Amino acid sequence: MKKWLDKHIKIVFALPTLIFLMVMVIAPLLYNFGMSFTNWTMSAKKAPDFIALANYIEVFKEPRFAAAVGRTVVYSFIAIALEGILGVALAILINRKFRGRRIVQALMLLPVVATPVALGMAWKLILEPSIGVANVMLTGMGFAARKFIATTSFESMLCLILIDVWEWTPLVMLMVYAGLVTIPQDPYESALIDGASRWQTLTKITLPLASSSILIAVLMRLIDLVKNFDIIYATTQGGPNFATENINIYGYLNMFSYYEFGKASAISVLFFIVVMAIGCGFLYIKSKVEVDY
Amino acid sequence: MDKKTKEKVSNVGKHILIYAVMFFTIAPLLWMLLASFQPNQSIINANKGLFDFVPTVENFVSVITEYDFLDYTWNSFVVAAAATVFSLIIGVPCAYVVARYKMRKASVVVLLVRMIPGISFLLPWFSIFSKLGLRDSYTALILSHMLVALPYIVWTMIPNFENLPRELEEAAWIDGSTQIGAFFRVTLRLATPGMVTAALLAFIFSWNNFMFSLILAGSKTQTLPVAIFNFVSYAYVDWGGLMAAAVMITLPIMILSMCLQKYIVSGLTAGAVKG
Repeated sequence: MKKWLDKHIKIVFALPTLIFLMVMVIAPLLYNFGMSFTNWTMSAKKAPDFIALANYIEVFKEPRFAAAVGRTVVYSFIAIALEGILGVALAILINRKFRGRRIVQALMLLPVVATPVALGMAWKLILEPSIGVANVMLTGMGFAARKFIATTSFESMLCLILIDVWEWTPLVMLMVYAGLVTIPQDPYESALIDGASRWQTLTKITLPLASSSILIAVLMRLIDLVKNFDIIYATTQGGPNFATENINIYGYLNMFSYYEFGKASAISVLFFIVVMAIGCGFLYIKSKVEVDY
Repeated sequence: MDKKTKEKVSNVGKHILIYAVMFFTIAPLLWMLLASFQPNQSIINANKGLFDFVPTVENFVSVITEYDFLDYTWNSFVVAAAATVFSLIIGVPCAYVVARYKMRKASVVVLLVRMIPGISFLLPWFSIFSKLGLRDSYTALILSHMLVALPYIVWTMIPNFENLPRELEEAAWIDGSTQIGAFFRVTLRLATPGMVTAALLAFIFSWNNFMFSLILAGSKTQTLPVAIFNFVSYAYVDWGGLMAAAVMITLPIMILSMCLQKYIVSGLTAGAVKG
């Protein structure tokens, strides 16, 4: 028995996880895919009929879907640019010797590990137009009060982007910083001897050597940005008047507010394909950049 | 300016910059904490001074006694802890064989699983768990949260096992132990720090999970993120109570991460450094 176990240790050890993934991941994905071709609704009385690509056609025809896709792209693009630049800058900043680095690191970690829904609620109070501290401070300094997330203009999107930047830039910082500390000292010593300026050292040594960790941090953030749900659903639920609705929220509302299960399945299949395409691109790039120094 | 003064100025600038960033990072959290000790009438009165209030714990008392937040905390804890433990049980052996037999493709699958948008699972799970009568049950919640926990565990443990010296394990084989015996008696003990990291990440992200609980939890099994979300759907927003609830849900995680910072940072940044 023991010999048999040793001989088949690969399969014995991997099997529970494989079964779990089959039951909880593969089967639901296939089920979802199949249902996207039916007129499935909440009603249990009638079996769903096969309607071929009708759901997909309906989704593509809907302006709300196109708008949600556009918002997802704009949101991810602006947020990733800000988080990437700020995260790298902060990583370089804390990589320099200073007292209290551990405490700074511990405090910066807080938004990353704290529950997003709770953070969303805190921001909702801060940005509340009539009672929030943001407007109290703005008007106190002589500026006009703003509506923040309570407006259909782009301002509400911008607020959500800034919340995301606040929440996740520290993670980019920590990941890039983890890459920075592994850079060997000798290139810096030769640069010092050659009389290189700080700027040259940064652009010619630090950034190229940290490029793989920067790339991985940025791409991992990108995937989560595209999938963002918690903060948006907790603060605006995609509103007001769909002004902050991304693909994820749009799909979710179709599921559990409008109970258009078939159509929602089609949306989630489309979304799945897009996210996985980005994911495979990420894995390809990751395998290319993982080279030894 | 000579070199020394320049150095000093840059040094002061660096500290100011760091403290400014730190301030912006924790200010919203401090505001949440502050508001949780304010009576609601004082929060909704924008005309008084920002710090002009008498601190009170009435918000905490009301979310615990009136809104049953201790029950939700317990639900969150049970689900996150069980999802973490079960994921460790199935995930750690899997990570071990992936690392030992260099199954590169399998480790890629783990990353892909972590990337799948959660929304793809919602309808199938909702309908299957409803048919099985498992909605509003710990079973459904734990199973769904395992999908959050498991990738973190396998992903953190693979490089951990890869970096462990094989010699000790092989020495045990020579002493007549089976490979499985050596795994349990030698390898697992050596991998304990890695398992702490993996378990912490799994627990935190399961505790924080909102989307899966939102559709699978009912009145009996509501977890904290869902409970706090439902809190605002009452017509009148009790901001004080809401912030007290937000503090209750984030504080355990924050304390955990302050105390075990080293493990959490090493886990979160694992992907960015060559293992």
